[in-house]
Amino acid sequence: MRLLGIISEFLRGLGEATLFLFTMIAALPAALLRPRLVAQQLYMIGVLSLIIVAISGSFIGMVLALQGYRTLAQFGASSALGVVVAFGVIRELGPVVTALLFAGRAGSSLAAEIGLMKATDQLSGMEMMAVDPIKRVIAPRFLAGIIAMPLLASIFALMAIGVAGGHLVGVEVLGVDDGSYWSQIHSGLHPHDIFESLIKSFVFGVAVNWIALYQGYHAAPTSEGVSRATTSTVVVSSLAILALDFILTAFMFR
Amino acid sequence: MTPTGQEILVRVRDLRFAFGPRVIYDGVDIDIPRGKVTAIMGPSGTGKTTLLRLIGGQWRPQSGTVEFDGADVHKQSRSQLFELRKRMGMLFQNGALLTDLTVFENVAFPLREHSDLPDSMIRDVVLMKLEAVGLRGAADLYPEQISGGMSRRVALARAVALEPALVMYDEPFTGQDPISMGVLMRLIRTLNEALGLTSILVSHDVEEVLSISDYAYVIAGGKVLAHGTPEAIRTSESPMVRQFLDGKPDGPVPFHYKAARDYAADLLGDAAA
Repeated sequence: MRLLGIISEFLRGLGEATLFLFTMIAALPAALLRPRLVAQQLYMIGVLSLIIVAISGSFIGMVLALQGYRTLAQFGASSALGVVVAFGVIRELGPVVTALLFAGRAGSSLAAEIGLMKATDQLSGMEMMAVDPIKRVIAPRFLAGIIAMPLLASIFALMAIGVAGGHLVGVEVLGVDDGSYWSQIHSGLHPHDIFESLIKSFVFGVAVNWIALYQGYHAAPTSEGVSRATTSTVVVSSLAILALDFILTAFMFR
Repeated sequence: MTPTGQEILVRVRDLRFAFGPRVIYDGVDIDIPRGKVTAIMGPSGTGKTTLLRLIGGQWRPQSGTVEFDGADVHKQSRSQLFELRKRMGMLFQNGALLTDLTVFENVAFPLREHSDLPDSMIRDVVLMKLEAVGLRGAADLYPEQISGGMSRRVALARAVALEPALVMYDEPFTGQDPISMGVLMRLIRTLNEALGLTSILVSHDVEEVLSISDYAYVIAGGKVLAHGTPEAIRTSESPMVRQFLDGKPDGPVPFHYKAARDYAADLLGDAAA
């Protein structure tokens, strides 16, 4: 009986969240007409996440290069280091780690912001001023989030492979030849790898923003409710990212 | 003096509303006369704020109707409802100012959302509204930099920015010092006259509210206990109204929240049985 209750509660929540997603999507044209609002949110969500994404990207690239070099050197294949780093970053780590960081940095702050706006009657206040909060507040954030995620993942990949990470450790420190580092990437990596990576980061972006905005908008209007919304945003988004990553990868490697 | 016909802006009929098992309104009729300040008074928890949300169409009653200027609020489509709301202003208890905008931008918000006025004109209108509430000097401050009383005055300026027909005040005096209370009272009265508004004032500050209103309702237990001019309410003989007006702790509205068990039985537990 209890299990049945939990399942029906879960399904109810899922249905409510799906309706919320459709409402947000329906409000997207309204957000497109207000580019200033979207630009503000792109700054809040995207630009302010840049540093953490760039630094994480560099370190992950460096670690991949160290680990990859050790194994490759045993077979005298250290010139293939570039492509190892690039595959790892572009296919998996770029989208997944960026999305996890994005959930922690931008998702949590979105949920807290919207939850607090609800708790302090700002959303009701807007409704009473005949301004639809979904169009004015939610849709611009959703749009900015799904634009920002693929861009951040791309920056993560650039930092990890070229600018700092793998290149710095592999070429500058461990002495892999610069030319072969890049030419291996060039010949090993196909445009569809990059395309699939962008699809992943787009899907993760939709998922994280959807979860964050839903949690904030449906938070109980108390301090406990806001804190719970923030926590569940990070927890649910992280699990969703990893599960979605598995599903997408399975489809892409069929 | 029960107002009739065209003189009524908001007409509530046989309103029933409940949160789950908790009945808030159990068949309530209220008329808000046009151009007047009408007070809705009652003990905390009687759903005075709920009434405002029902009039604004944010919540839906289980049965009964709310008409605003002849239109049934709960039978409108979303866009029609938003059109109606442009003619209503609401002042929330905490002001509900947008915390990421300055005082100026808060007042400009409804104008920017609903009009195509050029920036220079919006600026003039906003400064005039802020001057009316005495806060032109605070235009560049953010909501966290001003006091609670000032927030309410800003919210008031914002509520009247679109020149609405109706302004609803939700507990405007709660937690205010005597000076800012006096300021708010005078503002509510003078704005009502100057802008030709209709005002609904929800509060439990009996004396203050009665002194500035033209008509008053007393609500408790889901029913209208009494209504009439402030004078008629003040001299009411009804024991419940008297308890409320005189602030008696116990009476028809009991001091004790209803308990399931007798006090002695509760204390002594099974030993009493």
